[in-house]
Amino acid sequence: MAAALNVLAPTWSRLVQRDRVDGSVYTDPAIFRAELEKIWYRGWVYVGHSSEVPKPNDFVMKAIGPQSVLMTRDKDGQIHLLLNRCPHRGNQVCLEDRGNTTSFVCSYHGWNFRNNGELRGTPFPAGYQGVDKSQLGLGKVARVETYKGFVFGSFAAPGSGPTLLEHLGAAAEAIDRLVQFSPEGEVEVTAGFLKHRTKANWKFIVDNETDGYHPTFVHASIFSTAKSGIGALYNNDSTAVSRYLGNGHSENDLRPEFRRLDKPLGWFGTSEDRLPEYVAKMKVAYGEEKARQILVDGTPHTMIFPNLFIAEIQLFVLQPLAADETVQHVTAIQFKGAPDLNRRMRQQTMGSVGPAGLLLADDTEMYERNQRGVQQRDPETLFLGRGLHRERTDENGFTIGDNTDEVPSRGMWSHYRALMEAT
Amino acid sequence: MSSASDAELLADVTRFLYREARYQDEHDYDAWEALWTDDALYWIPANGDDLDPETQMSIVYDNRSRIALRIRQLHTGKRHTQSPRSRLRRIVSNIDVLGRTGPDQNDLNVTANALVYESNLRGETLWASRNDYTLRFVPGSGSGPDGGTELRMAKKKVILANNQAALFTLSFLI
Repeated sequence: MAAALNVLAPTWSRLVQRDRVDGSVYTDPAIFRAELEKIWYRGWVYVGHSSEVPKPNDFVMKAIGPQSVLMTRDKDGQIHLLLNRCPHRGNQVCLEDRGNTTSFVCSYHGWNFRNNGELRGTPFPAGYQGVDKSQLGLGKVARVETYKGFVFGSFAAPGSGPTLLEHLGAAAEAIDRLVQFSPEGEVEVTAGFLKHRTKANWKFIVDNETDGYHPTFVHASIFSTAKSGIGALYNNDSTAVSRYLGNGHSENDLRPEFRRLDKPLGWFGTSEDRLPEYVAKMKVAYGEEKARQILVDGTPHTMIFPNLFIAEIQLFVLQPLAADETVQHVTAIQFKGAPDLNRRMRQQTMGSVGPAGLLLADDTEMYERNQRGVQQRDPETLFLGRGLHRERTDENGFTIGDNTDEVPSRGMWSHYRALMEAT
Repeated sequence: MSSASDAELLADVTRFLYREARYQDEHDYDAWEALWTDDALYWIPANGDDLDPETQMSIVYDNRSRIALRIRQLHTGKRHTQSPRSRLRRIVSNIDVLGRTGPDQNDLNVTANALVYESNLRGETLWASRNDYTLRFVPGSGSGPDGGTELRMAKKKVILANNQAALFTLSFLI
C-alpha cells in the first residue's frame, strides 16, 4: 500500500491538470486504494442525519466507502460512529439495518458491546485474566461532528486536520439555505433510501452532480414528455451560474433564474395556492417578506465533497466500493413541520431517482458508458475546458461561470489533486 | 366455485399473465399500457415487502398518469438507459388465484413468480420476484350477447427478492 502511494506521488501533476484529467484516475485500482486512504479515510465524509437516530439507543447502518459504519445514539443522546467488526475475530457484530438497542452482541463468541463501542463483557471471562477490556472495544470513526443535523465522520486522529466547519466552508450555507424550508428550521431524513448500484467510478458521479451541460441532452426525454421547466435552467442562455465553493464543493446556483421568474414555489413546479398550509406556516415562521424570498429562491443544488449531494428535493450519498463500482443512496428530503410539502417531495423523488427513476436511470447509464469508454486508449485524457475563457469572480470571491461551464469540475479536481499529493 | 370453473378462471388468468409478459419482453409499450385500468397502481417496494409507500421510498410507485408518463418517455427514443433496449426473456410461474374482492367480487387477487433475464450494455442481470396482482373483469369487446368480459390490471406489486440490496438500473417494464 505505502509503496503504491509512493509510486503515484510524483505523477499527480501529469494525471490532473487545469483543464484535463488522465483517464486512469477513474479506472486504476491502485489509485482507488490511494483515494480511500487520502480522501475517504482521512477527510470529512457525510455519514447520516441525526433524525435517523431520533431516540436514545437508536442505531442505523451506514457506510464510509467500503467501511460498514454503525451510527448509534447512546443513552445520553451522543452520536457515535462504530465499525461493524468484532475486535476478537473480525465477525460482523450487527446485521440489522436499523433498530434500538443498548448493546450489540457478537454472534460468534458472544462478546457484548455498549452502543458507544465499549466492550461490556465476554462469556467465560476467566479465560481473559489480565486482559485490558478498555482496549477491546469496537473500532470508531475517531472524529464525529454534526452541522444542523448532518453527521459527518473522519478517521483522522482527533486534533489533526480541519474541523468540520473548516471543511464545509462556504458549502455550510447550502445546508443553512436548505433547513430554512422547514418552518421549524430542521431537515428530517425519514423516508428511507433507494440504493442504486452502478458499475462506474465515484468521480464520474461527483462530476455530473453540478454539471449543468448534460441535462439538455441526457434528460431531454423527460423534460419534453413531462413539460418540465427544469430544462430551461440549463440551456445556453440561462442566467443561472455554476460556482466553485472551495474544498471540492460546488453548486449550480439557480436563484438568478428563479428570481427572474419571481414565482414562489416555482422551483418545485407548483404554486402557493397548492400548498396553503405550508405557505401559511412559513410566513408565520419567517415573516411575509423573507418567506416569499425563500420560496422564490428554491432549495440548493450543491455537491459537498466527496459524497453528499443536496439535489434540491433529494439527498444523494455516494458510496464508492471499487474503482468501477459505486452505490448512490438517495432519499426525499423531508422538512419538519411541512407534511403537505413532504408528500410531494416523496412523490417527485420516487418518480425521478433510484434504479427506475425517470431522471437518474439515464444519468447512471451515462456513468457506465463513461466507465467503459474511458478504458479506450486514445485520447488518454478527459477535457474539462468548457468556459475556461469566461471564468469570473463573484462579489464574494468565488469562481463562477455560465451554468453549463465546467467550473465545478475544475475546482473539484484541483482540490482532489491537493489531497492526493498530500503526504 | 366448481372445480371446472376454477380451472377455467386459472386458465384465463394464466393467459393474461403470459400476454403481459410477452408485451413486456417485446417492449410493446402501448399494448402493455392498455392492460391497465384507470385506477391503476404499479408498485415496486424497496427495503422490504410491505413498507408503507405513502411514507417510505419505493423503487416505483406509479399511478395511472405516471405509468403513462413512463411509457411516453420510453417512446421518445431518448430514454438512454433503454436505447438500445434491454434484451429480455422472462418465465412466469407458480400462478395462483388467491381470492376475489371488490364490488361484485369482480377483482381477483392473483400471485405469480417471475424470473427475468436481462442483457444490456452493462452485462447480464437476473431479476427474481413475486408479483401480486389485482386483476379485474371488465366488459369486453368480443362477440356474443354481452360482448363477454376481459381481464385488466388494477394493481401490480413486484416484490423483488433482492429489494433490500443496492440494485442496478431497472428501466425496462418488469
